[in-house]
Amino acid sequence: MIFKKTLPLLTALALASVAHADINVGVTVSATGPAASLGIPEKNTIALMPATIAGQKINYIVLDDASDTTAAVTNARKLINEYKVDVLLGSTTTPNSLAMIDVAAEAQTPMISMAASARIVEPQDAKKRWVFKTPQNDIMMSLAIVAHMADSGVKSVGFIGFSDAYGEGWYQEFSKIASLKGIQIVANERYNRTDTSVTGQALKILAAKPDAVLVAASGTPAVLPQRALKERGYAGKYYQTHGVANNDFLRVGGKDVEGTFLPSGPVLVATQLPASHPLKKSSLEYVTKYEKANGAGSVSTFGGHAWDAGKLMEAAVGPALKKAKPGTLEFRIALRDSLEAVKEVAGAHGVFNMSATDHLGLDQRARVMVKIEGGAWKYQP
Amino acid sequence: MDSQVALLLAQDGIVNGAVYALMALALVLVFSVTRVIFIPQGEFVAFGALTMALLQAGRTPGSLWLLLALAAVTLLVELVRHQRGVAVDWASTALWAILLPALAAFSVIFLRPASLTGQAAATLLVITPLGPLLYRLAYRPLAHATVLTLLIVSVALHGVLVGLGLFFFGAEGFRTNAFSELRLDLGGIPVGGQSLVVMGTASLLVILMFLFFERTIVGKALRATAMNRVGARLMGIPTELSGDLSFALAALIGAVSGLLIGPLTTIYYDTGFLIGLKGFVAAIIGGLTSYPLALAGALLVGLLESFSSFWASALKEVIVFTMIIPVLLWRSLNSHHVEDEE
Repeated sequence: MIFKKTLPLLTALALASVAHADINVGVTVSATGPAASLGIPEKNTIALMPATIAGQKINYIVLDDASDTTAAVTNARKLINEYKVDVLLGSTTTPNSLAMIDVAAEAQTPMISMAASARIVEPQDAKKRWVFKTPQNDIMMSLAIVAHMADSGVKSVGFIGFSDAYGEGWYQEFSKIASLKGIQIVANERYNRTDTSVTGQALKILAAKPDAVLVAASGTPAVLPQRALKERGYAGKYYQTHGVANNDFLRVGGKDVEGTFLPSGPVLVATQLPASHPLKKSSLEYVTKYEKANGAGSVSTFGGHAWDAGKLMEAAVGPALKKAKPGTLEFRIALRDSLEAVKEVAGAHGVFNMSATDHLGLDQRARVMVKIEGGAWKYQP
Repeated sequence: MDSQVALLLAQDGIVNGAVYALMALALVLVFSVTRVIFIPQGEFVAFGALTMALLQAGRTPGSLWLLLALAAVTLLVELVRHQRGVAVDWASTALWAILLPALAAFSVIFLRPASLTGQAAATLLVITPLGPLLYRLAYRPLAHATVLTLLIVSVALHGVLVGLGLFFFGAEGFRTNAFSELRLDLGGIPVGGQSLVVMGTASLLVILMFLFFERTIVGKALRATAMNRVGARLMGIPTELSGDLSFALAALIGAVSGLLIGPLTTIYYDTGFLIGLKGFVAAIIGGLTSYPLALAGALLVGLLESFSSFWASALKEVIVFTMIIPVLLWRSLNSHHVEDEE
C-alpha cells in the first residue's frame, strides 16, 4: 500500500532521472507474505544505502512482491521496462530469485539476489552470468555445524526440518558432509511451518537417542521442535541453522532455546567480534546505521544481505562509470563485468571476492558459530 | 512403537482434535443457519491468540481498531438503510456496533487488565463483535445469493483478514502465557495442565452449545432458521438476527480456541487458516450439518494428524487432507441429494 502511494512520485523521479542519466536501482523484496520477516528488514536497509555513488545520484525504486513468484517476475519486468533500471536487487526468497533470472538475463541487466540457495548462481551459464547473490550457501553453514559437532564429540544426529525446499536442501547438504566426518543421522523428520504440534516427530527422535539434534527451519517456527523435545526431556545438544538468527526467535523461544548452537554471519554478533576479526568494522558499520534508523536491537542478519548487495553495487559502480553512461546497455554490461571483478569488499556478512565461476564470493570468514546464552547471541571463538 | 508412545500421540491428537472440533462446530453452525461456508473462521483463532499476546505484552492490539472501524461503518450503513426506509433493528445494532465495541475499547485502553482472566475477557470482548459486524457488512447484503457466491465472499474476506493480521500483528509469531503450569504424571504419561484446560474448555463449550440449542428458545429459533428459513419467518422468528447471533457465536468460539492454543504453540498472523481448514475437513465428515459427526470427525483428524506425524512426518498434511476424498465418496453414495433452497 505504501509502495502504491509513492508510485506516482517514484515514476516522476524515474522519468526525471532518465534525463539526467542518474543510476536507477530496481529493488523487489518480499515485504509482505510468508517471507515478510526477512523482507521487511531488507526494505529498511535499502533506505540506508548511499544516495550518491562516485558522484552519481542513485534512485532506488522499491517494489513489494508479497513473497509471490509471479509478482516478483512482474516487478522485475516493470523495473526493467518502465523504470529502465541499471541493476536489480532482489528478491528475498529463492523461488522468486530463480524466477527473476530469465528476466534479468533477457534484458541484460545485472541482478543481485538476497536469497540463500546456491542454485541461484550455480552452475554459471549464459543466463546466470548476470546474477550474483550475497547470502552464504547452505553448504558453508553445514560445514560449520558438522565441524562443531565433530569437535564436541557428537556421533549421531537427529534431523528435523521444514517439509519444503529449505528442509530438503539442508538435509542433502548436511547428510553429505556428516557422512564424510563419520557422523550418523539416526532420525530424519519433517514438519510444516504452520504446524501447531510436532509431538509425533519429537517422540521418534527421542526413540533414536541421538547425541545432538539439528533443526533445519527458519524464523520463529524453528522453536516448535526444540520445545517439544525439551518438554519430553531430551538432554542432548541442540543445533539450529542460520535461518533463525533474528531476535524474534529468542523472544518466542525464551528459556527453551538456551544453550543452542548455530552458525551465522558475523553481523549477528558484530559487537562481540575480536578487534582483529576482518569483519568487525564493516559489520559494526551496518549495525550502527540500522539501529540508528530503526531503534536499538532492531537489526537482523537478513537486512545484512541487502546491505551487502548495496556494498557490491557500490564497489562496482565506480569502475563501470568509467566505461559507459548509466541508462545504456554498455553501462549494464560494464556493471556486470565490474561486479564479477569485485575483490576484498567487506560487507556485513563477509568479504566478497567474485570470479567468473563464483558469483557469491564468500569464504570461511563469512560465518561464525554462535551460542544462545542468557537470552542473547554469544560469539564462539 | 510401544504403548507409551501411542498414548502420548493419542493425547496430542485429542488436544489438537478438541480445537478442530470447536472449529467444526462453528463452521457447521454458521453454514446451517446462513449457508455461508465461513473460511475466515480460522482468522478469529489467530486474532484471538495474537490480541491476547499483545495485551500481555502491554500493547494495544490492532484488532481493537479493526473492531471500532467496522462498528463505525456498520452504524453508517444502518443509518443509510434507515434513511432509505428499511426497517432497522436498532436494539441489536446498538449491542453489536456500540455497546460491545465501547466495552472492548474501555477494557483494553483504560482498564488494561493485568490478570490472565481479565486479559482473556478483554480479548473475547474485542473478537466476538467482529463476527456479527463482518456478517452485516459482507454477507447480509447477499443473504439470498447462492452458496457459491457466499463462498467467494468468504475467500475474499479471508484474504482481507490475513492481510490485516499481518498489518496489525507483524510477520513474527507470539506465544501467550499458559493458563496452567501444572504437570501431571498419569501412569507414566506426562500430561500438561494446558492440555487439560484445552480439553476441558472444549467439552464445556460443546455441552453449553448442546444445551443452548436444545433447551433455550433462542437456540431453538436458530435451529428452526437452519432447517427452513421461510417457515421460521412465518412462525415469527426474526431470521436476520439469527445471522448476527450465529456469527457472534462463531467469533466467540474462534477467540476461545485462540486463547486455548496460544500457550501451546507459536501463533502467526496466518496460522488460523490451516486450523480452520482442518476444522473444515471435520465439518465435511459431518456433512456440514451434523454436530456429533463433526465432533467425531475432528477427533479423527487430530488423531490421524498426530500418528501420521510419527510414521511419515513429510506426508502428514497429505494424509490429513486426502481423507476428505473417501469421506466425500462415502457421503455421496450414502445420502440422497437434497436440493438447495433456491
